[in-house]
Amino acid sequence: MIRFIYKRLLGAIPSIFGLSIITFLLIQLIPGNPVLTYLRVSNIQASEEVVQALRVKMGLDQPLIMQYVQWLANVLQFDFGTSFISKRPVVDEMVLHFLPTLQLTTVAFLLIIVCSIPLGVTSALHRGKWFDKLTQLFAFSSVSLPTFWLGFLLMYFFSVQFDLLPVLGKGSVVHFVLPATTLAIGYIGTYLRLIRASTIEVLEEPFILYAQARGLKERTIVWRHILKKAASPTLTGLGMSFGNMLGGTIIVENIFAWPGMGQLLVESIVNQDYPMIQACVLLLGIVFFLTNLLVDILCGWLDPRIRLADDRIK
Amino acid sequence: MKTFRQHSLLIVSATVLVIFTAVAIFAPFIAPNDPYYVDLTQKLQPSSKGYPLGTDHLGRCQLSRLLFGARTSLSTACIVMSITFCISVPIGIFAGYMGGIIDTWFIRICDMLMAFPSFLLSLAFVGMLGPSYGHLILAMVCVQWVFYARFIRGMVLSVKERSFVMVARICGTSPFKIAIKHIVPTILSSVIVLLFMDIGGVILSISGLSFLGLGVQPPNAELGMMINDSKPYFRSHPMQMMYPGLIIFFVVISFNVFGESLRQWLQVERRL
Repeated sequence: MIRFIYKRLLGAIPSIFGLSIITFLLIQLIPGNPVLTYLRVSNIQASEEVVQALRVKMGLDQPLIMQYVQWLANVLQFDFGTSFISKRPVVDEMVLHFLPTLQLTTVAFLLIIVCSIPLGVTSALHRGKWFDKLTQLFAFSSVSLPTFWLGFLLMYFFSVQFDLLPVLGKGSVVHFVLPATTLAIGYIGTYLRLIRASTIEVLEEPFILYAQARGLKERTIVWRHILKKAASPTLTGLGMSFGNMLGGTIIVENIFAWPGMGQLLVESIVNQDYPMIQACVLLLGIVFFLTNLLVDILCGWLDPRIRLADDRIK
Repeated sequence: MKTFRQHSLLIVSATVLVIFTAVAIFAPFIAPNDPYYVDLTQKLQPSSKGYPLGTDHLGRCQLSRLLFGARTSLSTACIVMSITFCISVPIGIFAGYMGGIIDTWFIRICDMLMAFPSFLLSLAFVGMLGPSYGHLILAMVCVQWVFYARFIRGMVLSVKERSFVMVARICGTSPFKIAIKHIVPTILSSVIVLLFMDIGGVILSISGLSFLGLGVQPPNAELGMMINDSKPYFRSHPMQMMYPGLIIFFVVISFNVFGESLRQWLQVERRL
């Protein structure tokens, strides 16, 4: 097991490297000169000397490779530069905005697990019945719902029409209900189908027939045999979606005025605050990557065959 | 009759899609008013004879804007998908067929681009390039092509070992001709099924970016942008955001159902 973890961590190094290269190169996409942009958003008159001095100060006179090394060294010390707009260190703002996003994603994630596993297993057990058809319909519709529309629909019905839940902002627990539901619904549909498919696959295996022949209670079969076997593919999918949800929160946060990373990111894009955009993208990318790594390791722990297959390939 | 029942979902979704496409193409002829004509004296009107679905906050005809919005969303998605197809098929085949160092580098680049959540990456591209229609398409393609190219490469790796390709190689057929005559026809149906399965998601991303103000720019009508426009009025005029959302929903669900039934019909393996 330790060997397996060690290998996965070692394999992660090139990916982290790639992540940093892409994020660094993003800055190169800026049309025109970042120095001029900086001066424009700071309302400083762009004279020849100022531009030259800033170029040296921002390290833009160096070759690209040197710029990258310098940037990476700074990032490793949690120095992402200063925001073009607020003139404060980017890290401070990010820490402030990261926690709300993490909270929202975690709540939505729990919601997905709580809803999709029972629904998926039940619809697999009642394959072809009305319950199954209903959940299939829900699965297809939920995946096709635009989050930004769903958010407003929920807001309209639950807050404006019936005044049950608060509309915007973040404060108590009830503030989580609408944003987390909006974020979760599409994923519930996806995982419901995934769990249904893997449960059906397990149901056809001989050991289930054997368990039934032994006269085990259905509940025991579901809990001890089906769920355990179907867990691994579900886990992989769910883990990958955790990172994807961090991307999905961008829209949800903008609807519900949630003070998280997504709002920060969109605001920075509108304000052309490039260091902030870069830092947000890097942070969300790293979280995405780490969750995938964690899921990988977790799957190896749950399913010894994955570990062994890994050894055989190498 | 049996075949109809077997493929009822495929036929129904295809019909709905054909209707949507026709409406999008002929939007300039169907639309009752000019979707860009601003008349502030007529703003937020309920439905009437002149304006079948009322007007928006600038007094523009809601129905006409919906028709043109659907046209923009659908055509943008089609453009993105076509470019993705044209880029990823040659690259995927090239990497898979050549193997060796080219393939290794190809996989490396793919891994780098796939290390980000895809919506985040397209948002970052648009954010850096600055919001505009061309950049939206560029960003979407940059994120999309990797998945297809990688999928195609995987298929080419197995097709390459099949006997008909071997025979062609022994006969001295040039690699280019093998790719066109033998590999492309073998993988084409799978790739097209994938395109149809993903196009719904692409429409959602495009309108999502436009909703954030980073995609299609005003005054052009786009469904996601229309929802954003109606944001300040959604308490008093909820129908303003109801219509564009419903259209997006129906278009996307038809594409998803169509893609899924097409996959079952052509028996293409589900991608993991």
